[in-house]
Amino acid sequence: MTTDKSALERHKYDVLVIGAGGAGLRAAVEARESGLRVAIICKSLFGKAHTVMAEGGAAASMGNANSNDNWQVHFRDTMRGGKFLNHFRMAELHAKESPDRIWELEMWGALFDRTKEGKISQRNFGGHEYPRLAHVGDRTGLELIRTMQQKIVALQQADKREHGDYESHIKVFAELTITEILKENGKIAGAYGYWRESGSEVLFEAPAVIIATGGVGKTFKITSNSWEGTGDGHALALKAGANLVDMEFLQFHPTGMVWPPSVRGILVTESVRGEGGILTNTNGERFMFKYIPDVFKDKYADNEAEADRWYEDQDNNRRPPELLPRDEVARAINSEVKAGRGTEHGGVFLDVSKRLSAEIIKKRLPSMWHQFYELAGVDITKEPMEVGPTCHYVMGGVEVEPDTAAAVGVPGLYAAGEVAGGMHGSNRLGGNSLSDLLVFGRRAGMGAAAYVKQTTATPVTDATIAAAAARIEAPFARSGGENSYSLHAELQEVTHNLVGIIRTGTELKDAIEKIADIRKRSANVAVSGGRKFNPGFHLAFDLDNMLLVAESTAKSAIGREESRGGHTRDDFPGMNSDWRQFNHISSFDGNQVNVRKQALPFMPKELFDLFEVEELKKYMTPDEVAKGGSN
Amino acid sequence: MARKINLRIWRGDATDGGLQDVQVEANEGEVVLDVIHRVQATQMGDLAVRWNCKAGKCGSCSMEINGKPRLACMTQVAAYGEDETITVTPLRAFPVIKDLVTDVSFNYKKAMEIPAYEPPKDLKPGEARMEQVDVERSQEFRKCIECFLCQNTCHVIRDHEENKKSFAGPRFFIRIAELDMHPLDILKNRKRTAQEEHGLGMCNITKCCTEVCPEHIKITDNAIIPMKERVVDIKYDPARMFAGLLKREKRS
Amino acid sequence: MSGVFSPTRAKIKERTLRTDKWWLQPAITFGVLFSFVIYATFRAFEGANYYKDHLISPFYSPCLSEACVPEATIFGWTPVSAEIFNFALSPALIILIFPLGFRMTCYYYRKAYYRAFWLSPPACAVAEPHEKYTGETRAPLILQNAHRWFFYAGLVFNVFLTYDAILSFKNIEGQWGHMSVGSLVLVVSSTLLWFYSLSCHTCRHTVGGRLKHFSKHPIRYKLWTWVSVLNHSHQQFAWYSLAGVAFADIYVRQVATGAWTNFYFF
Repeated sequence: MTTDKSALERHKYDVLVIGAGGAGLRAAVEARESGLRVAIICKSLFGKAHTVMAEGGAAASMGNANSNDNWQVHFRDTMRGGKFLNHFRMAELHAKESPDRIWELEMWGALFDRTKEGKISQRNFGGHEYPRLAHVGDRTGLELIRTMQQKIVALQQADKREHGDYESHIKVFAELTITEILKENGKIAGAYGYWRESGSEVLFEAPAVIIATGGVGKTFKITSNSWEGTGDGHALALKAGANLVDMEFLQFHPTGMVWPPSVRGILVTESVRGEGGILTNTNGERFMFKYIPDVFKDKYADNEAEADRWYEDQDNNRRPPELLPRDEVARAINSEVKAGRGTEHGGVFLDVSKRLSAEIIKKRLPSMWHQFYELAGVDITKEPMEVGPTCHYVMGGVEVEPDTAAAVGVPGLYAAGEVAGGMHGSNRLGGNSLSDLLVFGRRAGMGAAAYVKQTTATPVTDATIAAAAARIEAPFARSGGENSYSLHAELQEVTHNLVGIIRTGTELKDAIEKIADIRKRSANVAVSGGRKFNPGFHLAFDLDNMLLVAESTAKSAIGREESRGGHTRDDFPGMNSDWRQFNHISSFDGNQVNVRKQALPFMPKELFDLFEVEELKKYMTPDEVAKGGSN
Repeated sequence: MARKINLRIWRGDATDGGLQDVQVEANEGEVVLDVIHRVQATQMGDLAVRWNCKAGKCGSCSMEINGKPRLACMTQVAAYGEDETITVTPLRAFPVIKDLVTDVSFNYKKAMEIPAYEPPKDLKPGEARMEQVDVERSQEFRKCIECFLCQNTCHVIRDHEENKKSFAGPRFFIRIAELDMHPLDILKNRKRTAQEEHGLGMCNITKCCTEVCPEHIKITDNAIIPMKERVVDIKYDPARMFAGLLKREKRS
Repeated sequence: MSGVFSPTRAKIKERTLRTDKWWLQPAITFGVLFSFVIYATFRAFEGANYYKDHLISPFYSPCLSEACVPEATIFGWTPVSAEIFNFALSPALIILIFPLGFRMTCYYYRKAYYRAFWLSPPACAVAEPHEKYTGETRAPLILQNAHRWFFYAGLVFNVFLTYDAILSFKNIEGQWGHMSVGSLVLVVSSTLLWFYSLSCHTCRHTVGGRLKHFSKHPIRYKLWTWVSVLNHSHQQFAWYSLAGVAFADIYVRQVATGAWTNFYFF
């Protein structure tokens, strides 16, 4: 269609940032400030990225709420949270640099909530030893996005003063999808994509590309992610020759709404259970009592009477089992549903209306009440919610050099934010994602800038362009093929049932076959209608990305024969210290995803010594502990 | 549980278009965006609609439902009568691209024209001190999710295309107010430029922006009117005008 | 074609697709305000029946004309001639510009009459009939910025009307310590006027809204939070006080013409 060379829209930039969430925008600011010309690509409108959904806050050891906090404590918390599978260097950089990144936002106009002394207020969060999350009510993510969006506008205004054009050095390409990252001679040369509005194609030539596309939630049926979380960056990187690390690790929240469909996936905060919400199956049984693991027997009540008393008297009673750790609750819900005691929508009931009066619910859980009333017409003061595990965050992602965020093996390619792997190990702490995207967004911008300054741009050849264009044209040329909507639904069903929160070897094997089958049929997806803003057409490409991600996740999951963080194997319960020494590396050979084991770099002594040896023994083999940290 | 509802959807593009009737199933608790998605998946594969978070936090699915500017993800199907036809059109203040999607680039252009936050020159990162009471007013305006429903409903540009050149719109009046009330912002001329460059005087405070705001920001009472009053401070205040006259007399 | 019928916009022939009774609110506003204007005009020109037995109509207070009933004046102070250029000036006409100006430039009434009288717009997302629109950027509407002047004047008037309410606690013979239905009417009417003035946006701005740092002015911040609470109900106060003033005038007029008898409680 637009393979005609003269008609093709072409742009030349120094750095191309794919994704306009927190990481992408932070990277763009950094690259621009080091004097480069930057293009920002976003799949939706500017400022709508999924980052706006983050509520809790951004973790940074500023020590405003407790002066004992410092980067070492934050580093320790992060490593513990990730069950020591984190790349130590990423966790170290993250802990050290987060405070500066938050303060920097303040210089750009962010207005965080304040302490009495006028400093940035910090709140407590699970897994963080001290109050550490800088926040603005429950809309911290929005504040981050807006601040950086406005910082970019500020840079554009400076460019206007200097060069007479707002967009001379930094331009946002909104509602544009990248379908391919282009390489010439083994180096990054640019990217190819199409405008979602018109469907017409665009070529970007740039020596450096930063991927900051966020997560993969839409691979799953129940997810808190928006439509954009289709793993584009993961797939683009794979196809460009980069590796994905530890794709088996996905964070599931145990209580996401499964019904009604209008709120499917949306999180029900833990405080609903903390305030007295109980979980029941379709037989009306409060089933959590059956799922208390032995190690928790002395902390959790084994009968309803005691559990109910706990809400009034916490000193003399054991906690209700609804308050077990997230993975235990998720596992229990999963087992009930699999045993046929779940609702027809694959969930269980969470009821807060039995224990508390309507006024108290509205007072203690105001945003929850509003959310369900406004979004779904569900009155949680009168009726139970239908909940089940919802896919929330992917820990796995592009394998990068920690200091530069450079993708391993592809010169000129960078990745930051949720799409990058390693930082969070097997499980991410709440609040660490917002600071992650600031820290590594900036580092990716710096890394790309340094690379661009010492390299020469490679022009994209006509052959490369023709191949990329052909791929976009393909679904229109087919007729009577598969429907992308139904294939997507099928994929979600497979991942939800077989690669979900609790996994077993046989199911994973089944999943791998089914995903391969869907992938084969997806090559036959036909699109109805024209190119102009055609969601069916858009989904065809997203689907392709999700299939690669699902394959990578399933294959990594079947390999890892242990349970750790966001990867739970029913057939291999418990952590295995031998497995802690390895990452799973996914690569793409043009045909399928291959997964191999790779040794995890070991902490140097100064970081090793931040921990008590007794604690490390829980995670590491005796040999490792004896070595005492080194590289 | 599920029932059939009558939906009337505007389909077309800048050249032509019109309302099309469809029947679609709606389940209990569903919002208008859900049924639009169902139409998309089952009857009109190429129906264009913008959306993202589906939780009222991103402000993408702005459209007009029975003539009212709303977020489709925050509009319950049950809010309409059993036999009522729900009419869905694109925003009517902006150029249409296709179906329910409009070209909202006007708003991004205006965003570029509002001078950015300017901290004190000698302020170092980490040294900023602000009291909670001093940031609260601006924080209200930063709740804005940029759905542009206020821009869409504002008759100054909705009904007068030619005013788009000289009028920034409610979304950017709250941005200006946010910065003018920011405890550390040092840029002095925000009030004057609000009036002289961004068209604050065009607003006749008919409050439609406040009525449609899904974040319930008091756009008119807390931003536009206070800004108008601040403009009065520097341009039309009786005491100041009198003082100004005296000064001029002294000088002459 | 402009506005929603501009060539680039979605082609929809209706001015609005709203299905609710969007016209009801502006219609009511129009009806009530129009009736008030007719009545107020009649009363302003009547020049009589504004005083009886220590009850003074708020339309005629302060009474500054030489033509005033002596008891209605402030200690006999009548600085304004009864006639200007051979035009018999009703005492009301001298002063009415101030309360009228205050209400005309009020941020709430502006919304109400721009919608109901000028249809600009008649209701949200209902296309307005005007070809051109310049808002409040040029004469005469730029004068809306004079709201603050009228606000200050309004405060002075409130003092007078409160004084009048106090005077009504006299009996016919002029002895203090009595109270009639008329006193009640004037107290309510002047109190509502205070609420209307103090809840006004200009007041909110003046007491504290104009500050950049609330933390440096704790008392003004406190005042601002109070006025902000009142300001939420400014619309209600606008209507209640209008009704209060209108009723006070009707009451005084009825008593003055002898149609009603002012009942004394004690």
